[in-house]
Amino acid sequence: MPSAATSPRRPFPVRTALVVGAVVLLLALVPWVFGAFTVSTFTRALVFAVLAMSVNLLTGVAGMPTLGQAAYFGVGAYAGALVAIHWSDLGVLQLVLATLAGVVAALVTGPLAIRGRGVAFLMITLAIGEIGYSAAGRLDSVTGGTDGLSGIPPVVAVPGSGGLVNEGLIYYYVLVVAVVAYLAVAVLLRSPFGLTLRGLRDNEARLRAVGYRTDSYALAAYVYAGGLAALAGSLWASSQRFVAPGDLAFEVSALALLAVIVGGLGSMWGASLGALVVVFTQDYLGQLFSGHAPLLLGLLFVLAVYLLPKGIAGGPRQWRRMFGRRRTPDEEAVSPV
Amino acid sequence: MTGWLDAHLVSMVDGVAYGLLLFTLAVGLSLVFGMMDVLNLAHGTLYLAGAYTAYALSDGSWLGLLVALVVGLVVGLLGGGLLAAAVAPLQGRGHLDQAALTLGIAFIAAEVMVVIFGAQVLPTAPPAGLARSVSVLGHSYPLYRLVFILVAGLIAVMVYLAFERSSVGALVRATVADRDMVRAMGVDTRKVLFGVFAFGAVLAAVGGVLGAPIIAPGPGIDDRVLVLSLVVVVIGGLGSVRGALLGALLIGQVQTLGVALVPAFAPFLLFGAMLLVLVLRPQGLFAPGRA
Repeated sequence: MPSAATSPRRPFPVRTALVVGAVVLLLALVPWVFGAFTVSTFTRALVFAVLAMSVNLLTGVAGMPTLGQAAYFGVGAYAGALVAIHWSDLGVLQLVLATLAGVVAALVTGPLAIRGRGVAFLMITLAIGEIGYSAAGRLDSVTGGTDGLSGIPPVVAVPGSGGLVNEGLIYYYVLVVAVVAYLAVAVLLRSPFGLTLRGLRDNEARLRAVGYRTDSYALAAYVYAGGLAALAGSLWASSQRFVAPGDLAFEVSALALLAVIVGGLGSMWGASLGALVVVFTQDYLGQLFSGHAPLLLGLLFVLAVYLLPKGIAGGPRQWRRMFGRRRTPDEEAVSPV
Repeated sequence: MTGWLDAHLVSMVDGVAYGLLLFTLAVGLSLVFGMMDVLNLAHGTLYLAGAYTAYALSDGSWLGLLVALVVGLVVGLLGGGLLAAAVAPLQGRGHLDQAALTLGIAFIAAEVMVVIFGAQVLPTAPPAGLARSVSVLGHSYPLYRLVFILVAGLIAVMVYLAFERSSVGALVRATVADRDMVRAMGVDTRKVLFGVFAFGAVLAAVGGVLGAPIIAPGPGIDDRVLVLSLVVVVIGGLGSVRGALLGALLIGQVQTLGVALVPAFAPFLLFGAMLLVLVLRPQGLFAPGRA
């Protein structure tokens, strides 16, 4: 098999690292500035950002549009909750086991999903998501059926310390894990494997022609994304301390895709920002408009498609183009992180 | 064997009714994708709109049903026209944008319907004359479902004949197979595409009016119906009327007979059926040849 390492080695992205550091620092200030409700909204947004990154890895990077990531999010949420209830309240243990559960679920279902590409893939993942949803509602003995799983003990971040019940501390727990997940994806995208996934999106036939087993790469991307979605699910279980079939609903997958489209396909910071926009639209604007959040989210979908074809991440470049500045071909592609 | 058949007869007849309902939904989705290359994720919304129309206008009389059918037809035409016009500017921008746009429209429409009809499932009664049970081979069975099987079966036959035997159908099939060639022969393919979109939308909305007593309108029904239709399309093959019919009947049996026979595995049966077909024929059972 040819090595993808023939591509030139990229230098360490100093500027990107500085920006990421500054953003993390700003996010760390959130519990000092805002009240409990806003902090919990930020917590939900961060969890959702991890799920959006998972969707983006498949849809934006590898070019496989998915509407079923809520299934793996749900696997992770239930797995994390079950570990917490029956075995250990240690966060690391829950996260690792939930991620593993997501990886196994994606390994089992992935070979089916990757038989399709493009819209066929979207349809199959949609069906997988729906089956996950109905399974969660019916496997009463494991999932508690439609009642869901409650009584999840507070998560313990550091062994020996107490469980996290304070809104701000839960936020920090989620923030740390989300940043680690972000870095894990950033490293992946800069690796030869990440570059190959982009090749899968841009010209799969050519990639296959030069000897890549593209199905293996598609499956690997699917499994990686499944693990990431499950990690987000485990964070969800720890922060909400309640898991129900609704967490696997079609709407969750659809909103994660919306976050990616609003943020900009292929851009991880774009997807994270998109997640923030979606969650705050749900929590804040929805309240202002007497609870009609779905209406606003629908409008967001429509406007994003018409006005922001390349999402927020592609925005600056598009706006610059309007002023006629010449750009290098390298700038055309949305940056990886 | 006869005993087994007898015991599950009701489930199997239910499966036929369910399957024919799915056909009226899935065939439009399948043709619109096969021809226009548009994935319409608002397709379930059209069913829901039709079903709510039935709830609002069906007062148990025959006239009520007739009015509901006419209004459902108009709703389908308007909805299909709006959707076709909305996705038209996105030509050449890929499926994801179409999917996102139709999903957004579906979100908006669903919320509007929740505002109008409330957030509960609304059981919808068939016309009084059909709201009783009859005896079928010793089993009591709802008359409405039998009539529905008859009507939906008639629709299926008509769609099949129109598509496979008429000259308009030949044009539509030709457009599915090779749009550029049809255009080169001097046909305005955009009109054909628009027509198919409207046709599919009307079928979905009318399916909603007739199907309301079987799958009652309520929040989330649009998603469920959409997913079932997509599974039918994946199984039957994109752009194939025969595939949609066979896929729909198969899923109908899987859903009703499967739930009756192995209730514990019910959530996975749909997945299993799809898996089996995809392993054997990844392009679906009846995918038309693509140039």
